[in-house]
Amino acid sequence: MIEVKNLTKRYGNNLAVKNASFTIQDGEIVGFLGPNGAGKSTIMNIMTGYLSLTSGSVAVSGYDILEYPEKAKKHIGYLPELPPLYTDMTVKEYLSFVYELKKAKFQKKPHLDEIERLVNIKNVENRLIKNLSKGYRQRVGIAQALIGNPDVLILDEPTVGLDPKQIIEIRTLIEKLGRHHTVIVSSHILSEIQAVCKRIIIINQGVIVADDTAENLQNNLSSDHAISVRIQGPEETALKVLRSIKEIESVQSMGIIESGSFDCVIQPKDNCDVRRAVFERMAERKWPVLNMTSNRLTLEQIFLRLTDASLTPANGGDTEAPEKAEELSETDKELARNAVFGKEEK
Amino acid sequence: MGAIYKRELKAYFTSSLGFVVLAIMFFFFGYIFSSIFSSDYNNISYCFVYVNIYAMMIIPIITMRLFSEERRQKTDQLLFTSPVKLWKIVGGKYLAAFTLYALCYSITLVFEIILMTVSTVNWMLYLSSLLGTFLMGGALLAIGLFISSCTESQIVSAIIGIITSLFIMMLDYFSALFNNDILTSVCNYLSFNTRFNTFASGVLDFSNAVFFLSFIALFLFLTVRSLERKRWS
Repeated sequence: MIEVKNLTKRYGNNLAVKNASFTIQDGEIVGFLGPNGAGKSTIMNIMTGYLSLTSGSVAVSGYDILEYPEKAKKHIGYLPELPPLYTDMTVKEYLSFVYELKKAKFQKKPHLDEIERLVNIKNVENRLIKNLSKGYRQRVGIAQALIGNPDVLILDEPTVGLDPKQIIEIRTLIEKLGRHHTVIVSSHILSEIQAVCKRIIIINQGVIVADDTAENLQNNLSSDHAISVRIQGPEETALKVLRSIKEIESVQSMGIIESGSFDCVIQPKDNCDVRRAVFERMAERKWPVLNMTSNRLTLEQIFLRLTDASLTPANGGDTEAPEKAEELSETDKELARNAVFGKEEK
Repeated sequence: MGAIYKRELKAYFTSSLGFVVLAIMFFFFGYIFSSIFSSDYNNISYCFVYVNIYAMMIIPIITMRLFSEERRQKTDQLLFTSPVKLWKIVGGKYLAAFTLYALCYSITLVFEIILMTVSTVNWMLYLSSLLGTFLMGGALLAIGLFISSCTESQIVSAIIGIITSLFIMMLDYFSALFNNDILTSVCNYLSFNTRFNTFASGVLDFSNAVFFLSFIALFLFLTVRSLERKRWS
């Protein structure tokens, strides 16, 4: 279990992390999400004891990282943003060095063998690390974190710079690891986090702006349960029919977008699910529904909404200029979206 | 500590730096020994006196990468997040550097054996010189290790180390330069060479040993502090 209380980190005058608090239970897979420079790595470096903190406290498995650093560090396996590899060693030598460094309690050969098999680096164990590809280096980095079988794994951007196939491999590996470890993964790419983590902590400008499951984030933040429909049929009569459905609060026509059809936005009563009713009514009259989409915010939109505005006073964050978000032009938003959600699959 | 010691020592020889250092030191030794040998001396401590001057330039090369390289490659993140006390990391690295340094002097044993075949050898004088060498070298290695912990660049680390060595070497020269009694005595007190020369002349002065040992302790402590400080900045 990890307990972080009121964590604050200052670099000179620069406030890198402000009053971050969260608790991570055993066996959770938690994602740290935030744009570049949000403070994810700083928080991870503090949790692992690499950096100190300005105020607050971090406890790993009950041991305070400042008071009992050795005991706390024994419970953590850490893969920093750049895997800490000695490139002049072979994979085997390197893992053996880390094993001795961490004074692991397991029998050496079977323990290292098991890890090599788990992260799939058995075939390169005799190669020099400097000759390995980025994907393999990343896996050696993960192997290093697994030595000593720590309860908590902290992986800082484990998939950055990998090709799509490797990303999927690492993702599967993280899922596998999550069965026996508490895992904390950071990323600035949303799909990455969404794929493996049940709980998401969104960090922006050093402040935790949201901390919840992906589902709850979507439910709570998108108050809008409306659906958009495109129907091929006579607009006036169709609207009348729709309005006669008793679960529907209101129907607003959006005009013709595709010729021969019309678009409208349906607002249901008390968040009822009206999709089936709409479909059946239209089908009775042979007016095909060409399109039906929920207006629920995607996680991506939620993320942008939260990070666009450091301003959202969620969790007591800065409250400066809440209008700022609205002022952002569309191009700005597009830029932000590209920066944040990257074209990682390309 | 053992793991770091082993790794560092191995790294000296996989990066060929270890071989280069050994080759240079052996060359100096061979050159000076040959001149001693041809001029009918049987006292090898002269060899130490001369070679140690070169060694002062070599020591910063031995220590330059110890912490600089870790920081540049970000491998310090592994060391400082593993359950090992900071002083053990510093100790492991220091001992590895010291081992390489000591290996450089292994060749003097060969010279002694050669001398033994043609003359009588004063083994006590040899051991006293060796002890003095290791104490003085140990102090310089500690200074080098500290400098390495202050910078990310090996080159900067080596250059500052060499300048420091030069300064220490010139303390004797400075002491003659000043007319001021206090400055002269400070220079004499800090002079590494004067203290080493007592060892080389076969005098085991306890205060000289303490002087070098406290230098080693001070700079190893400063290294730990310098690494610690980085966490807090």
